[in-house]
Amino acid sequence: MKLKYDSYYGSFGGRFNPEILHGVFTELTETFEKVKADNNFWLEYEKILKNYSGRPTPITEATNLTAHFKGAKILIKREDLNHTGSHKIDNVVGQGLLAQRMGKKRLIAETGAGQHGVAVATIAAKLGFSCTIYMGEIDAKRQRPNVFWMEKLGAEVIEIKSGSRTLKEAINEAFRDWVNNPKDTHYLLGTACGPHPFPSLVAWLQSIIGKEAKRQMIKDYQKLPTKIIASVGGGSNSLGIFQEFIEHKEVGLVAVEAAGLGVDTDNHSMRLTANKGTVGIAQGYKTLFFQDEEGQMRKTHSIAAGLDYIGVSPILAYLVEKKRIDCAAISDKEALIAAKLTMRKEGIIPALESAHALAQAFKEAPKMDKKDIILVNLSGRGDKDIFNFGDLFFDKKWQTFIKQKAANQIESKI
Amino acid sequence: MINSDFLSSYIKKERQAKPILIMAHLVLGYPDFKTNHEQVDVMVKAGADIIEMQIPFSEPIADGPVIAKANQLSLARGTKIQDCLDFAQKVTTRHPKKAFIFMSYVNILFMRGIANIISQSEKAGIKGWIVPDLPPEEADVYLAECAKHKISPIFIYAPTHSLARLKTLANYSKGMIYAVARKGITGGKTNFNQELIERLTIYRKIAKKPLAVGFGISQAEDVDFLIGKADIVVIGSKLIEVLDEGGLTALDLFLRKIRGNH
Repeated sequence: MKLKYDSYYGSFGGRFNPEILHGVFTELTETFEKVKADNNFWLEYEKILKNYSGRPTPITEATNLTAHFKGAKILIKREDLNHTGSHKIDNVVGQGLLAQRMGKKRLIAETGAGQHGVAVATIAAKLGFSCTIYMGEIDAKRQRPNVFWMEKLGAEVIEIKSGSRTLKEAINEAFRDWVNNPKDTHYLLGTACGPHPFPSLVAWLQSIIGKEAKRQMIKDYQKLPTKIIASVGGGSNSLGIFQEFIEHKEVGLVAVEAAGLGVDTDNHSMRLTANKGTVGIAQGYKTLFFQDEEGQMRKTHSIAAGLDYIGVSPILAYLVEKKRIDCAAISDKEALIAAKLTMRKEGIIPALESAHALAQAFKEAPKMDKKDIILVNLSGRGDKDIFNFGDLFFDKKWQTFIKQKAANQIESKI
Repeated sequence: MINSDFLSSYIKKERQAKPILIMAHLVLGYPDFKTNHEQVDVMVKAGADIIEMQIPFSEPIADGPVIAKANQLSLARGTKIQDCLDFAQKVTTRHPKKAFIFMSYVNILFMRGIANIISQSEKAGIKGWIVPDLPPEEADVYLAECAKHKISPIFIYAPTHSLARLKTLANYSKGMIYAVARKGITGGKTNFNQELIERLTIYRKIAKKPLAVGFGISQAEDVDFLIGKADIVVIGSKLIEVLDEGGLTALDLFLRKIRGNH
């Protein structure tokens, strides 16, 4: 099967907007159609990502992990090596260029883990936009280093104190801002969700990951991977790497959601797995949501802020329905163990989001043949999670340091 | 069937005696259904002509902080859609001379079943529906069910709309057109000025049906300003603020002051 960028993917997607946004979405869709047909846009996009972000990102052979699990060869697509520390920079560069073409002066965005927020703040600084980032209060607390850097990069960070105080509230608030400022502002949505054309636009921009990966696999391994595994919050990194391989039926694609405290508890962020999600319409699009029988959204949970979301890309919902993608879910604890092992064995510090993909690879590798290859999309690096890791590992020395730091008088030396 | 629906006939009839009608808004289940009953009685006695009842949703993206919070608190108290339908049945029976409409977000209708909720609305005495996140392009089933059950589907005019969009929406909207006085969400500040007058003049010409104006109406002067330029004034967030601060007595006083002169 081949993926076509459209407003609907099967019965998923669409555009359910308040009327006030009709004009901006018409403008955005037209601009997207234009740049999609303009090869120069893609070349400019690739060039900026090469010189500003270090693309193409390499594929690293995880030799020690492969030896440890005694099964399939484990390869890692190193999105963590991007500028700003994750794949989020791709979409942000692309939409930044789009916003320039539309003559916008201001970028707004939601962020969960803060990776998208940092990327938007970065590109706003580079391309000369003013910038406002919306972030749930809980996420701002658990990803404090990213809040700090967004502000230092010149963005205004607004913490949302209503509702579940996580990613979905940040999206609602960003939409409210856009409704107030439709003329001069572009809402730089961070994932392949939301009203058309956002799912298509973000998936298209992120497809650079899979295009690179395919070239690299053929060049360095003379074959495609047996399986590709990626974590799923909204779906931008997974669709980014999956798309190029959809038509290659022999390549297994695995989307990994957050099982949080466990598949059998109510504290998780599963929408695709185990029929936890049901079809609904919210935040401008139709997809599988974690909601109650009356259509009220339920509370999600994950140790990883970037996976802690009620909806999922309509493109993923469609591909799962068509059985082209398999899903799996990894608990908080499994993700943490996988992160620890990857640090020790490979010298790579994964983001908690990406650790979910690694954990799934570690489950599958021993069951596979040595000739098989698993390609894990390591969507981001774990620096941002230093306080989370400090707590989760219950690191005594780190905690003592934090206490001392807090007790010290703060004085500027400059 | 040009403007043959109940709501537009009702509005035209009421307008013969009044220079402008008042559409008063409340969020069902906030602060609680007992208060909602008293709220509606006060609204009706103080001179409201149309009551807009919002069924709460967890993600009210077109609403500002006051109404969004009321949605959240209503749901936290356990408000269910059936409670809202039952409530509607009671108030429409108690006030048969007034018009009642529902407002909610599309997921509430979708999850209940659009055919189900529209026919239940008709049985409960509801005359119109506003669904801010359901544009006509996505609304085939909804429009068909509304037509079948004599419910007026009301669409919204925004300041950013092109003439083409205004015409499209006028074709689908029944009963009235709901014009947003300014850019933005509910509960913000609106400038009542020449620009708004010009916009409303264009709306009237294109819509050819009763025109309701909402968003940012907070005092009697705003209502005076709209006389002769609109048929209906919608008061939303302000009524919740008044109720929160001064209870039913304050709500009564506020509405009487607005109605008083007219």
